[in-house]
Amino acid sequence: MAKQPAIELKNITKRFGAKVIANKNVNLTAYRGEILSVLGENGSGKTTLMNMISGIYFPDEGQIFIDGKEAVIASPKDAFSYKIGMIHQHFKLVDVFSAAENIVLGIEDGKYNLKKSVDEIKKISSQYGFNLDPEKKIYTMSVSEKQTVEIIKVLYRGADILILDEPTAVLTPQETDKLFEILRRMRDDGKCIIIITHKLHEVLSLSDRVAVLRKGEYVGTVNTSETNESDLTEMMVGKKVDLNIERLETGDCQDRLVVKNVTCYDRVGAKVLDDVSFTAKSGEILGIAGIAGSGQRELLESIAGLQHLSSGEILYNTPKTGKVENLRDKTPMQIRNMGVRLSFVPEDRLGMGLVGNMDIVDNMMLRSYSKGHSFFLKRKKPKDLAMKIIHDLEVVTPGAGTPVRRLSGGNVQKVLVGREIASSPTVLMVAYPVRGLDINSSYMIYKLLNEQKKKGVSIIFVGEDLDVLVELCDRIMVIGGGHINGIVDGRNTTKEEIGLLMTKSKYNGKEKDNG
Amino acid sequence: MADISATKKQREPLIHVVKRDDMLSWQAWLIRGATVLIGLIIVGVLSMLVTQKGFFETYEIMYSGVFGKLFEGYTTMFWKYLQEIAILLCLALALTPAFKMKFWNCGAEGQALMGGLASIFCMIEFGEKLPYGVLIAVIAVTSILAGAIWGIIPAVFRALFNTNETLFTLMMNYIATQIIAYYVYIEGGGSNVINPVSAGNFPAVGKNDYFVNIVIVAVITILMFVYLKYSKQGYEISVVGESQNTAKYIGINVKKVIIRTMAISGALCGVTGMLLVAGKDHSINTNLVGGQGFTAILMSWLGQFNPFVMIVMTAIVVFLRIGVSKVADASLLNSSFSEIMVGIVILMLVGCEFFIHYSIKFRSKKKEVNA
Repeated sequence: MAKQPAIELKNITKRFGAKVIANKNVNLTAYRGEILSVLGENGSGKTTLMNMISGIYFPDEGQIFIDGKEAVIASPKDAFSYKIGMIHQHFKLVDVFSAAENIVLGIEDGKYNLKKSVDEIKKISSQYGFNLDPEKKIYTMSVSEKQTVEIIKVLYRGADILILDEPTAVLTPQETDKLFEILRRMRDDGKCIIIITHKLHEVLSLSDRVAVLRKGEYVGTVNTSETNESDLTEMMVGKKVDLNIERLETGDCQDRLVVKNVTCYDRVGAKVLDDVSFTAKSGEILGIAGIAGSGQRELLESIAGLQHLSSGEILYNTPKTGKVENLRDKTPMQIRNMGVRLSFVPEDRLGMGLVGNMDIVDNMMLRSYSKGHSFFLKRKKPKDLAMKIIHDLEVVTPGAGTPVRRLSGGNVQKVLVGREIASSPTVLMVAYPVRGLDINSSYMIYKLLNEQKKKGVSIIFVGEDLDVLVELCDRIMVIGGGHINGIVDGRNTTKEEIGLLMTKSKYNGKEKDNG
Repeated sequence: MADISATKKQREPLIHVVKRDDMLSWQAWLIRGATVLIGLIIVGVLSMLVTQKGFFETYEIMYSGVFGKLFEGYTTMFWKYLQEIAILLCLALALTPAFKMKFWNCGAEGQALMGGLASIFCMIEFGEKLPYGVLIAVIAVTSILAGAIWGIIPAVFRALFNTNETLFTLMMNYIATQIIAYYVYIEGGGSNVINPVSAGNFPAVGKNDYFVNIVIVAVITILMFVYLKYSKQGYEISVVGESQNTAKYIGINVKKVIIRTMAISGALCGVTGMLLVAGKDHSINTNLVGGQGFTAILMSWLGQFNPFVMIVMTAIVVFLRIGVSKVADASLLNSSFSEIMVGIVILMLVGCEFFIHYSIKFRSKKKEVNA
């Protein structure tokens, strides 16, 4: 079968403001009956490019051709008329509606016949092997089910060019395999599938061809069968990168933080942590794996003094003196005043760890501003610290006076991690520290964590990339539904084992049905 | 459905709006300055059309209405102008810490009225009994307390029960107005008027009755600037306003900050009430603040929470308010005309922020490359 180009981009350029060029002269072709990966680091312009195809942005220069004809896509509605469907990273669904209601929402064909739509949805589901109950309400669904709804939504509208933005970010390895199976079936059905990602092994296992972007520029397209991880990385980053993550052997491990039978409930009374017990040791990295929203955030927040516990204890063994402090029901300020050097890099960097509208100096003060009895702030030390972090961690910023929200994701994280490490912690908690970071920044974060480990810091690392967890962590604790499903040794485990533990139900020990 | 692409008109949209964040601050101020100028011209033209006076004559009336006759030196009118700025500015300053905390205090009107009530009460009740210095001190303390209490009530409800502060503070205004109405009725002996009280008035300096008011507000302006920018409490306000999650994360007691900040906000409104009663009217009625509590909301925003910028903004608005009302007087129009004009200029000032944050791109006319 001769390949037919479904979509062609010619010399696409998109600028934001005068300085930022998100895409520069991008040329890209995707054929029917193939899966094309668009690979690039964060900030390389992948999402911007796809947003131009799906009508969210309009290109400043260049043309888009659909089936060989020039197309003008000025709105998502135009994109639909060209049968282009985009599945965003963040789902756009109405929680209180059922799957079917969400799928038909916004279709203006004058008729509203839910029953007929449900039949149609079932037909699509069985054709591609989805497992979805169209009557199920969104708020009762798991993340992967929500994603299924998004995919069926665009298929229902007749899309035959599908764009998926980082679809596996929220899935377990098993769910990812299932999604890939479905995508392959769609490809065989003659659809054109474009998947945006930065995970190399997924690119290699799924796609037929890979298009690489670097800093907004199109680097090239290669056939997946003719490439490998290190070649792709080199295309992506522009230079050779060592992809090995070191696992230091420190040997000196003492119990630093003992969490005993911690249970806590959220605002509406649902149990978010269920009898959690574990010990974090000095000089080791304890990884926490689990499906997003399984209680990882609550666990870290409990330790940091931000959650009210209904039962349990959090005991801190002070180094050297060995004095045991109970951190339960203490506020972050009290914990600090007790002399417990606990640092926390939260998942929500700009909404929790930092203040986006404040500059780097003021963000440095967050932890330390209240020291001393003066009524006034002292900006000297934070300023020095800001300069030091900018220098040591190679933060790219116009200056220390720039609001942190203007920095790129990697630089924001460097500022945050830099501040948390600066207080020479004994316990360092990090939640998804490399999410959204480019490869170089990610490896710098791993390096910083290893340095801290070497100093005897007890590190708790909540991660999502199982490959990284397995390579970096000494022990990996798997959490599911607020319950600890198991703790495995990082040296002799596999990500399949962790994936199975993630979905294990606590009561019968059997694997949960993903349907 | 397949044919839509063929029949659809092939064109890119005529205009699209692009976000920009590369504008330098002097450019932004140039736009704001130009907006004020255009606003003045529009006001002039509209006034001319309505009043049938000459274009320059309109401005002459405005100018002399605010500053006195040209080249005659600064007169009491100028001091009155400063006094009006001081009152509006003081209210705007009072609201600023609350706004920076993203606590939408719409109750400046009521908080100032309660401060005014405390002042007039002390002037009437203790005016003859206490020595002057003590009386002034009592007036100051009670006014500040009254305003602060009126501010703390909604803050406590917000902190403890997460009530909506916008509605709460707004409702508190009506309560305050009714309390004043009641007090005036009782104190005025059913006449609904309280005659000016001579005790407990702020002293005149030279021939100038308003000097004390102006100095007090000038001092508050500087203190507020320092408080917001250089104090730990000001820093806490910014953090709580930007992100309550961050505030909790670093261990700020958010409830305490909300209540404390609203106490300050209310207290400064109370001070404004005192300035109005003890420093200006020497009496009270329900229209004491005259809606300035709401204008002050805009002043605080337009001043971007910077006390010194707020001076400029209030000066412009007060100039228009007085100037245009003089134009209206000269043509037997009522004060609504001046309010309409002030409204137009404020709206333009708000609208010009759009052009500071976005730029508009027209369809480029370049030749398309054929495929």
